[in-house]
Amino acid sequence: MKKNLNVIAAYSIMMVLILLVGIFQSWNVALSIFNLCLISAVMTMGANIQWGYAGLINFGIMGYTALGGLAAVLISVDPVQEAWRAGGFDILMGLWLVIVMVLVIKFVLKRFEKSKIRTYSIAAIIISGILLIRFSMEPGIEAIEAVDPAKTGFLGGFGLPIIFSWIVGALFAGGLAFVIGKVALGLRADYLAIATLLISEIVIAIIKHEDWLTRGVKNVIGLKRPAPYEVDLQTTDWFINLVEKFNSGKLDLISNLSDRQATLNQFVIEGSSVFVKLCYSGLFLIVVIILLILTQKALYSPWGRMMRAIRDNEEAANAMGKNVVKQHLLIFVLGSAIVGIAGAMLVTQDGLFTPGSYRPMRYTFLIWVMVIVGGSGNNFGAILGGFVVWFLWIESAPIALFLINFFTVGIPESNTLKAHLIQSVPYFRFLMMGLGLLLIMRYRPKGILPEKIEIK
Amino acid sequence: MDILNAIILLLNYIFIPALTYGSQLALGAIFVTLIYGILRFANFATGDMMAFGTMVTILFTWYFQSLGISLGVLPTALLAIPFAIIFMILYMLSIDKFVFKYYRTNKSPPVQLAMVSIGVMFVTQAVVRIIIGPSDRRFFDGEKFIIKAREFKEMTGLNEGLALKSTQALTVFVTIVLVSLLFWFLNKTKTGKSMKAYSDNEDLALLSGIDPKKIVMITWIIAGILATIGGALYGLDKSFKPFTYFNNMLPIFAAAIVGGIGNPFGAFLGGYVIAFSEIFLTYAYKKFFIYILPESMEPESLVQLLSTDYKFAVSFSILVIVLLYRPSGIFKGKVL
Repeated sequence: MKKNLNVIAAYSIMMVLILLVGIFQSWNVALSIFNLCLISAVMTMGANIQWGYAGLINFGIMGYTALGGLAAVLISVDPVQEAWRAGGFDILMGLWLVIVMVLVIKFVLKRFEKSKIRTYSIAAIIISGILLIRFSMEPGIEAIEAVDPAKTGFLGGFGLPIIFSWIVGALFAGGLAFVIGKVALGLRADYLAIATLLISEIVIAIIKHEDWLTRGVKNVIGLKRPAPYEVDLQTTDWFINLVEKFNSGKLDLISNLSDRQATLNQFVIEGSSVFVKLCYSGLFLIVVIILLILTQKALYSPWGRMMRAIRDNEEAANAMGKNVVKQHLLIFVLGSAIVGIAGAMLVTQDGLFTPGSYRPMRYTFLIWVMVIVGGSGNNFGAILGGFVVWFLWIESAPIALFLINFFTVGIPESNTLKAHLIQSVPYFRFLMMGLGLLLIMRYRPKGILPEKIEIK
Repeated sequence: MDILNAIILLLNYIFIPALTYGSQLALGAIFVTLIYGILRFANFATGDMMAFGTMVTILFTWYFQSLGISLGVLPTALLAIPFAIIFMILYMLSIDKFVFKYYRTNKSPPVQLAMVSIGVMFVTQAVVRIIIGPSDRRFFDGEKFIIKAREFKEMTGLNEGLALKSTQALTVFVTIVLVSLLFWFLNKTKTGKSMKAYSDNEDLALLSGIDPKKIVMITWIIAGILATIGGALYGLDKSFKPFTYFNNMLPIFAAAIVGGIGNPFGAFLGGYVIAFSEIFLTYAYKKFFIYILPESMEPESLVQLLSTDYKFAVSFSILVIVLLYRPSGIFKGKVL
């Protein structure tokens, strides 16, 4: 108990902060911050596995997040029969060609010795294959995108409950990470960072512009939910009774019956959205706890010890007979898969898929600030980092406003400088992130909750 | 005649824009490569430092405009750039003193410095947005075109017009002058040579009496000049928007790495490689083929290799391919 005191203290402070938001702003805001904190925590855990356990830099986080989101769409949306009839055959042909291409390349790689000619012929196969696939899919894509473009214009998905997409999202992201890892993991640390960042941009460019698969920038809205809808709740008896019970103190003060009914309605509307958010919080909390248990187990297992050995001294670990390349690939895939889960969770909570909102340049670095600030190599630290940084990201504008008003209290409102500062309050979040990161890196380079490994 | 038309078409829509864009990238790429070669880290704050320099240029431009000073046909910004450079250098030197120096003296691994540069990136972003705001700004004044498309058509009697914006000519001209000066400095002067030596082998350079503090300071000064001019030229030619500058970091990195990171000449050429391939691969060649092919063979589709949506993806794919097959870049990097 005693040695975990700092963990408990840090988490209690965080919870108190969120409760304060609930009391002073509103429970709706507090819960939406809390939910996004949980999602960021999952992402941070994914990045932390790669960076903290193995020392791999992965700046491709947004790519995996977007793939997780794509999984949510492909799993939960009902299939668009008409689109399948219009262009399904061409798409399947295209997929089949992709498989053939991969098999041919595999065959060439296996059959022939490594040589210049082999490299060039593989390049030729890839280029001609891509042209062929593009050419054969073109009519199908056009036909699909022509099917009621205002509403569908894409193939749709499988029409399954959206929860499944959390697993499928992990599989998608893991699959992408496998491909990236196979080709890019040999690179030096900073090259790997840039390469993964660029690959995530490419992935998002594809998701944004392949309308037949994702509807692209037209967005997919109204995804299924694992939680009840607010509108349904507001007409359900047990829920209204519940809200009535909760607010009975306030309601009893109102004697007028119609006033009382109006206030109750107000409470029910507010309560329903809080209730829905609570449902999500519960689901996300389960995911976070499961992941936390698994990652903690892994960290203290022989495998975790091996990963640390590889991180701290690659050559020595290699000399001891550990397959460094294979382990790096494995951890790259695992971490990315966790980020994929977070991507699917994000889309599930929003109920919509907007490829335009995945901006690698904006959010990748934010996630990395979470990892560094929280404490790399420590799972509790990673989760805490997700909470602290997301909380600050959202709440920095009110904080900045308060500080500006506090320090310029003597200056009149009409002062140009003060007005300008107040106008640019939203951008103080960047300042806070930057200063926070710089201070942590300088004075507490291991993060708020540093990695501590005890040998049991 | 048709062939001439086709050539003008390519000049107008591919060659001139790519040359301009390439020059802008090249300046940024040399900035990245210098920092990488001498201070040995990937500077993620590149785009935002360029935005900072451009912002100061804009503020000075506004100030001069309010005083009624102008350069006639040339944009007022040219007058503002030297002042902006001074501010930029001061900014960079103070960042170095308060942030990077600590890690350099501690001999931290490059990854840690790169992470620190992300912190600098956030702070610079905040400063730029708080001072000038996130919106799109144009600060170009003076004569917009050197050759107008319509005038060109009337002059030559061709179907295709050729437009040459003054900012395009200015960009290419300034880039060539600046880059030649830089290469002269690096190759001919004693300080430049000692920079090369430092980049090549730090310990040997220190042994032979090269002062690291001076080298680092000069690197930041050159970087400040490059960042301000590169950013201001981009802003003059297109427009100034902090987020665009931030995003431009990616093609700039791509250019630096494709050219071989640490090699300024490679970075210079890398800028053009990226710019030309982006525009070549996403241009719709339909009109071009209509001019050069007989009527029976005219294409019906756009004859576009990739849709313009994938413009960014092109440069990144090139980079990924280069990284995988030739990680040291096309022109062998790692030495200044």
